[in-house]
Amino acid sequence: MRRVVVTGLGLVTPLGGDVETTWSNLIAGESGIGQITHFDASDQKCTIAGEVKPADHAWGFDANKRVDHKVQRQVDPFIVFGIDAAGQALEDAGLTEMDDATKLRAGCSIGSGIGGLPGIESESRVLAEKGPGRVSPHFVHGRLINLISGQVSIKYGLMGPNHAVVTACSTGAHSIGDAARMIRDDDADIMLAGGAEATICPIGIAGFAQARALNTGFNDRPTEASRPYDKDREGFVMGEGAGVVVLEEYEHAKARGAKIYAEVVGYGLSGDAYHVTAPHPDGLGAENAMRMAIRKAGMEPSDIDYVNAHGTSTMADTIELAAVRRVLGSDLGGASMSSTKSAIGHLLGGAGAVESIFCVLAIRDGIVPPTLNLHNPDDGTEGVDLVPLTAKKREVNAVLNNSFGFGGTNASLVMKRVD
Amino acid sequence: MSDIAARVKKIVVEHLGVEEDKVAPEASFIDDLGADSLDIVELVMAFEEEFGVEIPDDAAEKINTVGDANKYIEENAS
Repeated sequence: MRRVVVTGLGLVTPLGGDVETTWSNLIAGESGIGQITHFDASDQKCTIAGEVKPADHAWGFDANKRVDHKVQRQVDPFIVFGIDAAGQALEDAGLTEMDDATKLRAGCSIGSGIGGLPGIESESRVLAEKGPGRVSPHFVHGRLINLISGQVSIKYGLMGPNHAVVTACSTGAHSIGDAARMIRDDDADIMLAGGAEATICPIGIAGFAQARALNTGFNDRPTEASRPYDKDREGFVMGEGAGVVVLEEYEHAKARGAKIYAEVVGYGLSGDAYHVTAPHPDGLGAENAMRMAIRKAGMEPSDIDYVNAHGTSTMADTIELAAVRRVLGSDLGGASMSSTKSAIGHLLGGAGAVESIFCVLAIRDGIVPPTLNLHNPDDGTEGVDLVPLTAKKREVNAVLNNSFGFGGTNASLVMKRVD
Repeated sequence: MSDIAARVKKIVVEHLGVEEDKVAPEASFIDDLGADSLDIVELVMAFEEEFGVEIPDDAAEKINTVGDANKYIEENAS
């Protein structure tokens, strides 16, 4: 069977405009969450978010590095983040110059949960105030979810499968899992896979707040707001950014002497069949996805060393934890589990991809990132290493990454070290 | 350079992300400045906004160069 490995990484997050800045800040226990600056949020129930920082910030993102000025003007920020993260991943993998035969076998699977909401919001105002003749001719293709994959394929000449997943907050994980299957099934040798999101705009914040999903009680203490598993948690904090990996067929990567970060060995998918926003109270969907991923990996639950939880800082955290306990054992078989959403917020469609990259880096560096703000662990968390407050050095050979989305969609990925 | 030409140049530079000195009167939007047909639709909209002028589709189709735009606006702007 064709094996699939990770050979390149790219990140744009509230903690940095690249992989190493983000990772070092994450390990140092920094928070990327603060007051919203993208718009005046003073009339919103929630005034905080994990924004990607401007280029002049020490952790900032410079869109001009990899995205043409013209493209930046025409597309929503989620596409800009996605193009940049994809470029980073290709550079990291040493694949910016590919011959035509390689390009025919290289594709994209970069999705988003919501897509170009800020642009939909602003062009709707143009339509209402100035009429249809003033709506931008770039409105549609500047907002469409599959236009990260489209733009990236055009920029780098990638003529393999061109795909984009839309499964809310599971998008990033499904994108990687689906792309890995495309390589395994011989549709491609190389796939750029991941997700992006940028919905920190008035209608995005208002919509999630009205759905009672967002944190609203920590507006005066933004860095303390995202606190997965803590007794005082009360909703997620929205983040933005992108994560993209280069997936590559193992022999292909080996033949060109590529740096190999990890192997994607297991992918599990399931549906809750229960409620549009709430998870199944027994966590059955989550459990099924995890069990499938571990089974497909041909591994035992006890092989897992680190779980990057979905852990959004909502009531659902303990439902997920109970499901993980049923799969890995009451003490998780000695595995550590943390939620990095405590530091960067919830990147929605980008989350599963960004968090998969954190998993890969945990394998590379032998360190697991912390769950910030976990001062008073909730009932039901006893006897589990949730990596409270500070990162922890430990051997990490195999990881499990969970992502769950509205609509009751679940994805789990298992990745492991390649010897 | 006329006031109109300067304002046209500014819009073209902003929309197409090209160097200012490339935006010469004889420069073709498509052949010299890298625009596609949708970029021209957007440029025409921007000219209409900036100069308070209506540019109907049949007139817009004849605007191929920066000079064409300058000329149309000079003749039609109030």
